[in-house]
Amino acid sequence: MDLNILWFILVTVLFIGFFFLEGFDYGVGMLNPIVAKNDTERRIVLNTFGPFWDGNEVWLLTAGGAIFAAFPNWYATLFSGFYMALFLVLLTLIVRCVGIEVRSKKESKQWRNTWDWLIAISSFLSAFLWGVAVTNLVTGVPIDANMQFAGNFFTLLTPFTIFGGVVFVLLFAFHGALFLKLKVGSDVILQRVKSLADKLGFVLVAAVVIWVVLAYILTDIYSGLLALACVAFAAVALVAAVVLQLKDKKGFSFIAMFLAILFVTASVFAGMFPNVLISTLDPAWSLTIYNASSSPYTLKVMTIVALTLVPIVLLYQSWNYYVFRKRITAEDVHY
Amino acid sequence: MDQLLFARWQFAITTVYHFLFVPLTLGLSILVAIMHTKYYRTNDLKYRKMTKFWGKLFLINFALGVATGIVQEFQFGMNWSEYSRFVGDIFGAPLAIEALAAFFIESTFLGIWIFGWDKLPKLLHLLSIWLVAFASNLSAFWILVANSFMQNPQGFVLNNGRAEMVNFFDLITNPYVWHQFPHVVTAGITTAGFFVMGISAWHLAKKHDVDFFQKSFKYSVIYGLIGVLAVCGIGHAQGQFLMDVQPMKMAAAEAHWETEDPASFVAIAAIDEEAGENTFSIEIPNMLSFMTYNSFSGEVKGIHDLQAEYEAKYGEGNYVPQVTPLFWSFRAMVGAGGLMVLLALIGVVLLKTGKLQNSKLYLKVMLFAMALPYIANTTGWLITEMGRQPWIVYGLQKTAEGISTVVPASYILISMIGFTLVYGILAVVDVMLLVKYGKKSPEALEEAPTASEEVSLWT
Repeated sequence: MDLNILWFILVTVLFIGFFFLEGFDYGVGMLNPIVAKNDTERRIVLNTFGPFWDGNEVWLLTAGGAIFAAFPNWYATLFSGFYMALFLVLLTLIVRCVGIEVRSKKESKQWRNTWDWLIAISSFLSAFLWGVAVTNLVTGVPIDANMQFAGNFFTLLTPFTIFGGVVFVLLFAFHGALFLKLKVGSDVILQRVKSLADKLGFVLVAAVVIWVVLAYILTDIYSGLLALACVAFAAVALVAAVVLQLKDKKGFSFIAMFLAILFVTASVFAGMFPNVLISTLDPAWSLTIYNASSSPYTLKVMTIVALTLVPIVLLYQSWNYYVFRKRITAEDVHY
Repeated sequence: MDQLLFARWQFAITTVYHFLFVPLTLGLSILVAIMHTKYYRTNDLKYRKMTKFWGKLFLINFALGVATGIVQEFQFGMNWSEYSRFVGDIFGAPLAIEALAAFFIESTFLGIWIFGWDKLPKLLHLLSIWLVAFASNLSAFWILVANSFMQNPQGFVLNNGRAEMVNFFDLITNPYVWHQFPHVVTAGITTAGFFVMGISAWHLAKKHDVDFFQKSFKYSVIYGLIGVLAVCGIGHAQGQFLMDVQPMKMAAAEAHWETEDPASFVAIAAIDEEAGENTFSIEIPNMLSFMTYNSFSGEVKGIHDLQAEYEAKYGEGNYVPQVTPLFWSFRAMVGAGGLMVLLALIGVVLLKTGKLQNSKLYLKVMLFAMALPYIANTTGWLITEMGRQPWIVYGLQKTAEGISTVVPASYILISMIGFTLVYGILAVVDVMLLVKYGKKSPEALEEAPTASEEVSLWT
């Protein structure tokens, strides 16, 4: 296996990590004002991801850095081409991050309520924008012969990509609900989460099915066996997550959801392979893991660095989750 | 043309804003870790209070640093995509390593530290804040490795129309980074020292919790003095190093137009950039030679000769950065540094002689002196980045060649306005909270109420 393929897999892994971890943070942020009705409840909900959310967000920074280091042309074309979308993503991330830190630092109902909603809206928008972005990776975008994006912000917004945004919102909302079921130590909140998740599950499955069918019709990402296998596994895992949630199997439904997110992400990347940015103008103009990549030397250096550090990161982040595995009650809040 | 102008302004705004928060994070993380260590060793609740009080302010500041940091990584691709293509093979690596090696540790262990009080074994909890401090400063190293390549590229070969890495160790042993990194770390220590001194002084002037804030002042004045002496010393060495590798930057920062031997130092000047001369100046004979070579003679090249040299080497063009802002930024930075040395020394004397408490004027001055490190940090970066112009990568790529060709000026303008508005609002929120928590009594903060203890704000 050459290093270009290895780095494509590593970037995929980083996005799986990001969507899985930050995914439930987004979900919790979105659901907070809906499932928590007073200040104490809001604080319990927000503190479920208290020790984790910042570390989760670093997965995005690392994915961005990895793309820059391993595939600079991909980074350059993607980030300049998706300019407005990324600008909005940045705004939502800034507001969310600051909101979580400051919302409880003033004893004012209006202050806290405002930040709760800002956190919810920015989580919602982030999730939506990632869905739009991922769907654009699937459909491809206008890339010219010089590896430059030849569209504008509205090129990225088609009915299909907007629907992709909706799917991601549902996906992360449901994922957040499963996380809350594991972490919240308040029966009132748990009941609300359960009844919401019961409904959300069905809508999510329906939306994902429609998205996959549309992707099958509109694109050829499912032409390879690997992508097909991934999407099949994703479907099984997702249905399992929804059914297990209905049966209130908290741990197992969360694990199933992890697999669902893993395979959804993997199916998209496997479908693109060996392209990293598909050109809708001429397939020959697509960015691939070869024409977009760094030099063999840089890939080698980065491989040594990544293969050393990523396992260590996984180790101490897992330990973090282990240390703070207890359910959150009104006694354990910081934010 | 507008694209370039807006993209540069956006970079300036987002970077200067981001760097308002970074130095305090770098320095205060270490100082809080020292306080925490003292608590661990003595089990004295006083130090626990100190750790929590200053830790709270650290966290408010930290959140802003994180939030604005993501923009930094993204905007290279968004606004500077041709630059990213040109140097991505080299520049991307330290950025990715920064995230992998530093940000993960910093963010994960900060979460552990915040939530770990009374939940973790004490030593492990102490270790977590030290890991935060270590990782914050490590992240500074990696981003400065990246910046140093832009300032003084080495370890590369031009290949396939871009700069490609040939030796990773050349990248991290770049002498530029080994001047810049210690300068930034000690600037962080200075910033944290003056931050804690300033707030302590305010409380001491009001006679609040005198023991607590006297102790805090003692820690911070020693810490700040060490920091500011080191930052000045390293800065001096850095200046001499820059004379060698980026003589144009230094010549511009000194408004030194004509080559001289021995060279005199221009203390203040009225600069006419069009004519390429100072219309008025106060000069100290031989001083610039002394600053450059530690000897009162020696040739220091002027802007005009350097311009001629660069034209011979790189072809026709204007290689002179904007002299006026560089000149005054340099004076602001050095002036702020000198003032801080003085204030920290006075602080040590007052503390030693037991007169601190009654030195009303000094305590008042120290509150305003909190601005000094921020002035020095900001102007320092202005010199570093503006002084490199017209290059984005020194000698290899011009700034004008680095921008994203596909992004219309209107997009950049919209995002610039958007960031500026949001940053403005966040600055208000941040300052408001820092003031609120800075004014609090440490007693009130020691045990922040949990949600169950606090009367729920609404039901």
